[in-house]
Amino acid sequence: MRTRQSNRQPVTDEPPMIQEPPGKPRLEPPSPMVQEAEPVADAKISVRGLNFYYDEKQALTDNTLDIARGRVTAFIGPSGCGKSTHIRTYNRMFELYKGQRATGEILMDGVNILDPAIPALSLRHRIGMIFQKPTPFPMTVFDNVAYGVRLRGGMSRSELEGRVEEALRGAALWDEVKDMLGQQGTQLSGGQQQRLCIARAIAVEPEVLLMDEPCSALDPIATGKIEELIDEFRGRFTVVIVTHNMQQAGRVSDYTAFFYLGRLVEFGETETLFTTPRNEQTEAYITGRFG
Amino acid sequence: MATKAHTMRRFDDELSELKAKVLSLGGLVEKAIAGSTQALMAADARLAEQTIERDAAVNALEVQCDELIRRILVLRQPAARDLRFILSSVKVVTDLERMGDLAVGIAEGSLRLQGTGVQPIRALSNMSEAVQAQVSRALDALSRGDIDLAIQVIEHDATIDEMYHSLYREILTYMLETPPGISGYIILSNISKNLERIGDHATNICEMIIYMIRGHDIRHVDHEAAAALLKEEEARHH
Repeated sequence: MRTRQSNRQPVTDEPPMIQEPPGKPRLEPPSPMVQEAEPVADAKISVRGLNFYYDEKQALTDNTLDIARGRVTAFIGPSGCGKSTHIRTYNRMFELYKGQRATGEILMDGVNILDPAIPALSLRHRIGMIFQKPTPFPMTVFDNVAYGVRLRGGMSRSELEGRVEEALRGAALWDEVKDMLGQQGTQLSGGQQQRLCIARAIAVEPEVLLMDEPCSALDPIATGKIEELIDEFRGRFTVVIVTHNMQQAGRVSDYTAFFYLGRLVEFGETETLFTTPRNEQTEAYITGRFG
Repeated sequence: MATKAHTMRRFDDELSELKAKVLSLGGLVEKAIAGSTQALMAADARLAEQTIERDAAVNALEVQCDELIRRILVLRQPAARDLRFILSSVKVVTDLERMGDLAVGIAEGSLRLQGTGVQPIRALSNMSEAVQAQVSRALDALSRGDIDLAIQVIEHDATIDEMYHSLYREILTYMLETPPGISGYIILSNISKNLERIGDHATNICEMIIYMIRGHDIRHVDHEAAAALLKEEEARHH
């Protein structure tokens, strides 16, 4: 019997223990009751009224959101919701395909990167991308990482070697490949290939890293390594990750955006979005009541 | 709030099972409070002993609820409303189990009282009824997800506290008038304290209901302000 009453209660004029504590806090912001304010204070990328079309078909409708500088933002939503289409506008990948076009503004540090006056190549140096399936080039491990750096030019062999090692260390791959830099990148395991692609992306020191389902082809251990990397990138790069894995979004991101049918349905701090989403569709999706 | 079924139906079954278990735990606790009060007022030793014995069922159900909660957390990784329901259940189950223990304390007190020659006070029965009504409404609010009812229970707790204050003074007066009965009156005083605490646990449950439904943690904020904001939010929703 845990709560057997003791008879040690003192006899006084006042009943003990039930006075309200003085000065109970009043509800004033910031308090747990208030969750209206949009959280991004320092935006690296500000998307304003973004629309996207595959020929006549509209794939994105009026997307407006901010990507926080040096933080991790996750995009979630069912297949076909537009989340991949959305991040592919950031480096103007769509320009490689006929009939695809974007309208609206994507402001990176205040400059609209959809402006044709901005060369796509320089943009892609500033914004790196990692894809769902690892895409090592058919060349050596070293050359894979050095590829983008060489494109920019102006580096001595020793500088280049330093940069490659730094990038491989940054991608937590150095210890595994340092004795096999001359081997083909395609001979690495899937998880290593993906980290090789990350090394290649960070070797050119981009400002933004876009990751489109970077772990969907990987086992849980390889996934854990990539997630650990994403965690380490915080503060160094602005990361945007598209993921089907909601637990992954919860684990790695500071902010989460939920897309559905080409619209941004809800955007907020990850913790808030996963505990108290404001929108019914978000709620249905993250609790597994969708479709 | 319209709640669609989960794509994985087994998950829905588990959540329903948990809710049913928590509510039947609540039912057992209601019975324990009523039984211990009746045992006290009627000096019914057998009923008191029965109530004490039945606490084992409360404890067993508490453990079952916790096991189910653990399973859901590990296997389903619940989010949003489901997560809030699970977190609230953890707390509510603990509150209910404590209420059961407090009811046992009342039953034990009623047994000890019988050797002291002191009679139970009518006002204790009234206070118990008021507390039972609070518990019953808290469980209704939980069952239906009724925010308004939960707020009413929280607001009504002040009345229970007043009853406790007034009983305390009454018992103190009896003690002064009949010092030989002091040991019996101390038992009555402790019983009233147990009732008051059961009321507090009912309030805790209602606070968790509000968290469960709206996601607001109002445990340590001014209740009037919280109620006003919840109503304002409600108005905005419709």
